[in-house]
Amino acid sequence: MRNWLLAAAVLALYLLHQDFWFWNAARPLVFGFLPPGLFYHALYSLAVAALMWALVRFAWPAHLEADDHAATTASDPPAGAGGRT
Amino acid sequence: MIPAVVVFLYLGVVLYIGIFAFRRAGGREEAEGYFLANRSLGQYVFLLSLFGTNMTAFTILGSAGHAFGNGVVTYGLMGSSSALVIPLTLYLFGTRVWALGKRFGFMTPVQMYRDRWECGHIGTAIFAVQATLLVPYIVIAVMGGGTTLNAVSGGAVPYWFGGLVVAAVVMSYVFFGGMQGTAWVNTFQTVLFLTFGAAAIVFIGVSIGGFPQAMERLADAPETAALLTRERVPPKFFFSYMLIPLSSIMFPHISIFCLTARRMGQFRKTVVFYPLCILAIWLPCTFLGLAANAMTDVPGIESKLEARATLAAERETLSPAETADLQRAAAGDDVIILMLEHYAPLWLAGLLGAGIMAAVMASDSQILALSTMFTEDVFAYYGGKSRFGSAVQVQTGRLFVVLIALVAYVIALQAPPGIFGIAVQYAFSGFTTLLPLLVAALFWRGSTKWGALAVVVWTAATMAAIAVLQAVVPAPPPGTVAPVWTLAGVDVITRTPGGTDVLGYMPVLPMLIGSSLLMVVVSWLTPKPDAVTLARYFPVESPSRPN
Repeated sequence: MRNWLLAAAVLALYLLHQDFWFWNAARPLVFGFLPPGLFYHALYSLAVAALMWALVRFAWPAHLEADDHAATTASDPPAGAGGRT
Repeated sequence: MIPAVVVFLYLGVVLYIGIFAFRRAGGREEAEGYFLANRSLGQYVFLLSLFGTNMTAFTILGSAGHAFGNGVVTYGLMGSSSALVIPLTLYLFGTRVWALGKRFGFMTPVQMYRDRWECGHIGTAIFAVQATLLVPYIVIAVMGGGTTLNAVSGGAVPYWFGGLVVAAVVMSYVFFGGMQGTAWVNTFQTVLFLTFGAAAIVFIGVSIGGFPQAMERLADAPETAALLTRERVPPKFFFSYMLIPLSSIMFPHISIFCLTARRMGQFRKTVVFYPLCILAIWLPCTFLGLAANAMTDVPGIESKLEARATLAAERETLSPAETADLQRAAAGDDVIILMLEHYAPLWLAGLLGAGIMAAVMASDSQILALSTMFTEDVFAYYGGKSRFGSAVQVQTGRLFVVLIALVAYVIALQAPPGIFGIAVQYAFSGFTTLLPLLVAALFWRGSTKWGALAVVVWTAATMAAIAVLQAVVPAPPPGTVAPVWTLAGVDVITRTPGGTDVLGYMPVLPMLIGSSLLMVVVSWLTPKPDAVTLARYFPVESPSRPN
């Protein structure tokens, strides 16, 4: 369930990038100098950082690290660099 | 001249960093040490170096130039789209590439594809396409180095000498330092151009008495108000541009860099901080490029604005040659340098010039990646390693670094301006089109080597088709489009002033859809890899294994 929510959040942020609602707006200038479209995408970048934190915190692919640890202790034959032709 | 002296000092520092890395290695000549820094990069070097590797000359000079001509859309188009897509690909694919590399000893993506799909020459075809798409980057960095040194020295350093110096410095620290030296230099460079953005915006803002007045002027004038909106870029183009950052993980220097982390945990902070680094670099550059439109007291900028006004007013009556001349005169790639020359004190302009130089010199990891690919995917694969040993393999890699730098320099001297800029533009679409290779290799048991070959052939064919189309059909004047293929009254393919559109979208959209379909259909129809191979990549999940 948690992974589905995070996937939905990724999709939502992908869609929120297409902010057609600010497309032709030159005003109001946020803080007196930032056009609204630029301000929106600056906030958007902060939201992305928050989403990435959530992905790392709640959906980290820890099994890959476990696989690596298992591989170094088991007798799994590595193919190695260019091992198979 | 002072800025040029500071830039030369900076070049000396990065050269020393590379040689220091060589001495620290103590002459140990293992391939994994030279090409991957022994998979030992720590948290912050990994983050800053990976970010620096992704930032090119375009980030600072090109983004400001794009914003100068197109307005605030630049940040959404290239900055915030990368802020989402690049860390997401690192999270989804980078971590898995790292884990497989660590487990099976891969040093290049092609080694993984060869092993995963039990193929040999198809891997060589992947190498050939990737290398072809990467070369223009290296050439354009040498050209950017020559141009930048020429600009910051006020013309005292000629283009040929500037390019030679940049090529020689990059070649030297990559030659000596390998991945370790390159990663340290990239870390140093990233810190420099992160500082650059903040310093530039503060000094220019203070010098012009604050930005609100400048923005009000732009918003009030009918000819510049559109720059504060996204009017100059159609929504369909904006939507399809979101696919371009998918190319990042497919660039060999990025996927190879993913193998250098000491632990997978190094990706955690990288994924979280990457969007913030994008914000710190792209937002000031976009904003300064936009603000440059209000800085009519800067002589170089004033002449650009005049050229742009002439283009807009007399478009119908200008000859193609006059139009091209005016477009060149109105181009904004050097607006940041012009602003710094005008507003910043000399010593600061020098430091900021070094920051720009840092971005221009991002070709180091690409040279190293090409060298790694050649020595691992060609030299070692076709028997060189077993015949001559690992030490000779490293020496071959170093020799290849010298060759790449020399060839890039010679091409940079001969090539007409703009040619490689266009090639780089193609490369982004090409690497995005190759993405189904990585997705299928990592996530789809049913994918096959024939599906991979279909993706490679499709990528090469579509790239060649676009290149031919754009060579045969001349670009229409700015603000117009030329239909190339119309079906039932609908313009399917159109030639635009900046490239080609398919149903109003960038070609990358149909190219990616085509390569994805080919991977699926061809893989369904062709025999799968051996069950033993598949078991190594897709082990049966144990119920107790954490997700």
